Amino acid sequence: MIRLERRPTSSKAWGAASPLLAVALTMVAGGLMFAALGKDPFLAIRTIFWDPIFGEFAWYFRGQLLVKAAPLILIAVGLALGFRAGIWNIGAEGQYIIGAICGAAAGLVFYPAETRLIFPMMVVFGALGGFLWAMIPALLKVRFGTNEILVSLMLVYVAENILASAAVSWLRNPDAVGFPGSRNLSQWPAAANLELIEGTGAHWGVMAAVVAVIFAQVMLTRHLIGFQIRLTGAAPRAARFAGVRPARLVVLCLGVAGALAGMAGLFEVAGPAGQISIDFASGYGFTAIIVAFLGRLNPLGIVAAGLLMALTYVGGDNAAGNLGIPGAAISAFQGMLLFFLLAVDVLTNFRVRIGARKVAPFSGGPG
Amino acid sequence: MTALLDLSGLTKTYPGVVANDGVSFSIAAGEIHALLGENGAGKSTLVKMIYGLVSPDSGTMRLSGASYTPQDPRAARASGVAMVFQHFSLFEALSVAENVGLGMENPPKLRDLSQRIREVSEAYGLPLDPARRVGDLSAGERQRVEIVRCLLQDPRLLIMDEPTSVLTPQEVDILFTTLRQLAKEGTAILYISHKLEEIRTLCDAATILRGGKVVGDCNPREVSAAELAERMVGTALVAPKASKALTGEEILRVEALSLPPASQFGTPLRDISLSLRAGEVLGIGGVAGNGQDELLGALSGERVSAAQCVFLEGQDVSRLGPRARRKAGLLAAPEERLGHAAAPDMSLTENAAMTAAARKGLLWRGFVDWAGAKGFAQDVIAAFDVRTPGPGVAARALSGGNLQKFVIGREVLQDPKVLVVNQPTWGVDASAAAAIRQALLDLAADGAGVIVISQDLDELLEISDRFAALNEGRLGAPVPTADLTIEQIGLMLGGAHDMERVHV
Repeated sequence: MIRLERRPTSSKAWGAASPLLAVALTMVAGGLMFAALGKDPFLAIRTIFWDPIFGEFAWYFRGQLLVKAAPLILIAVGLALGFRAGIWNIGAEGQYIIGAICGAAAGLVFYPAETRLIFPMMVVFGALGGFLWAMIPALLKVRFGTNEILVSLMLVYVAENILASAAVSWLRNPDAVGFPGSRNLSQWPAAANLELIEGTGAHWGVMAAVVAVIFAQVMLTRHLIGFQIRLTGAAPRAARFAGVRPARLVVLCLGVAGALAGMAGLFEVAGPAGQISIDFASGYGFTAIIVAFLGRLNPLGIVAAGLLMALTYVGGDNAAGNLGIPGAAISAFQGMLLFFLLAVDVLTNFRVRIGARKVAPFSGGPG
Repeated sequence: MTALLDLSGLTKTYPGVVANDGVSFSIAAGEIHALLGENGAGKSTLVKMIYGLVSPDSGTMRLSGASYTPQDPRAARASGVAMVFQHFSLFEALSVAENVGLGMENPPKLRDLSQRIREVSEAYGLPLDPARRVGDLSAGERQRVEIVRCLLQDPRLLIMDEPTSVLTPQEVDILFTTLRQLAKEGTAILYISHKLEEIRTLCDAATILRGGKVVGDCNPREVSAAELAERMVGTALVAPKASKALTGEEILRVEALSLPPASQFGTPLRDISLSLRAGEVLGIGGVAGNGQDELLGALSGERVSAAQCVFLEGQDVSRLGPRARRKAGLLAAPEERLGHAAAPDMSLTENAAMTAAARKGLLWRGFVDWAGAKGFAQDVIAAFDVRTPGPGVAARALSGGNLQKFVIGREVLQDPKVLVVNQPTWGVDASAAAAIRQALLDLAADGAGVIVISQDLDELLEISDRFAALNEGRLGAPVPTADLTIEQIGLMLGGAHDMERVHV
């Protein structure tokens, strides 16, 4: 008989160990799945986790790793602030898209000017676009008590339609023929989000992610606002007693998350993606939700989680291409990671009792 | 007398503590048996074992001579053991009958059930309208729902955990009549309470627990309350003493404060006025749900009222939030420890910073001085004898009494000008309660104004200079406590209108 007993204080050791255990379990279960598909499980796991970093073509993959991880981390850090406070912004994808459109449009107004001021201005407008898009669910929640989960999620679909119209009509490159999209920003030096260190994939978005992580970490652990965020998530009534204003926190958390997502969108459109096109939205805003939880809503954990998630993307593509593993199996593999993480998470707050000692779960009531 | 329930050598260990250590005693059919002990003495664990919530590590229980090992509360109920918890588990939006039905294995049709509820409740002098919404009931009436729910199962043993903490004196009398009637019909009652006088009037036998062990059995009618308390605590108790302060200037004034209810089941505050002097303890009594939470929220700043309602030292603080009011010196400690006064999953250090950050100078440009917060938490732990391994422990790991000492200590050590506390010793053992009351008196003696909102009338009589009753959101005129008896207070609480319902 296996029973779970609630720990009086959650375990720090398990908190740190559970993501590692989850990765290990994913490798085992994923290996079994690959074996069932008739592929060599060791080769598959190696192709996903090892080759992109240390393999023959690592010089290419390593760059891809940061390119994919940066937006995930940047968005996830912002989301984690809200999630810590119990504010569920599910619409980062929309804020990401609107940020990209606003930033790109602000830059393209000045095309083909050549001045170093254009790129920073685009970053500001990208952040502003994401911020304003996030203010819609924030203000509706504060003013009318709407549910921010629904509103922010619905706004993703609105944003996708705005993206489509921008790509085919009002941001469309007037000089181009063929597949519709905006001018290519990465080929316009004034607006390009350049690789800062050659071969690493480290563009300005990577720098922004690093700054955001440090900023968020310091805020959460040292600053009163971070404390208020954690307090609100842990005990909303106690937070109000302590003097936290919930409305202000909603605006702050959604605003920061929106601005960071918008920036991530701008860095993507001015760099790796290059232009506003119909298929610009790549799901970073949704994957970042997984990254935020995988990193236990902790900024430093999110860095690790973002890199790991990027690795499964890059390595998964690699495995799909080289070993002929179907894309669905790769997706299932990524799903396993989240599944095991949540399952192992139980150990942080509960301890497992096995064997003859029959211990009923500790139940509430006066101590 | 044959034993209905016979406990022998029950032991239960939790990591780090032996909650029960070889506990043995027996309860006869038709006996009202008191279980006495400080917080953390192991009463809750023992009761949970009897009710099937926890299994003992060793030892045996026998019910009517047969081996009794309930795996869960359902099994316990099937064996004829029922329990009324201190905290009610009722759905406010549902009717009395629906609530009762939800707790049953095979509930009969709602109409039949309503009929049964009416019969049983009237037979035992606890009239209840099965169709009423629980949200509209007083705390005393909610308790009736819980009791009737138990009685419908024809229990052989009824466990009652601190049943009188939410009742007026008149309601207590009614409850005791019911319990005596039940006992006469052969039901055994295991009665847990801190109130020693109650136990002496009601119970036939008492078992005293200390540190998880049985330290004595006695007939409570033959022993004085002081003696019971000493055996419970292990040392002689010193009653809190007010060093009679000369009450000073008016420090807090509330004028015509009215607030609509915060939620569907809340109580509005109606035209509340009061004046508090420095060095004074004002006791506010009332039956649960008459606006205590709301009054505390309106004074702490959680709910902001119209301007010109709350004045601290002549300054209008009505429009200020909790942080600004704290800064000005108006502090509060709410009733609900976990989730309101403290964040359960956060450490004591974080909980200390929660209300003390600004006043104890723990903020520098918005950055929290965690080392300072830890130091302050340690000060509170030391000054108020909070039993805990250290300030890094989560609040929910503390026992109720210890957390209460921490929560009150956190405010007291911030040197408030006015402190408002709600139910400062609720569910706290005798020695901790005495320590908390003494701290409140000392605070007043040092020149602060203290408002104690409580349902424990003995407590209010003991420590307050003046007493006012809160009834349906209205505050009566304060009366000097020295002139009052418990009976008079009972009437002031508006028990009268409750009585009418009882005698229908």
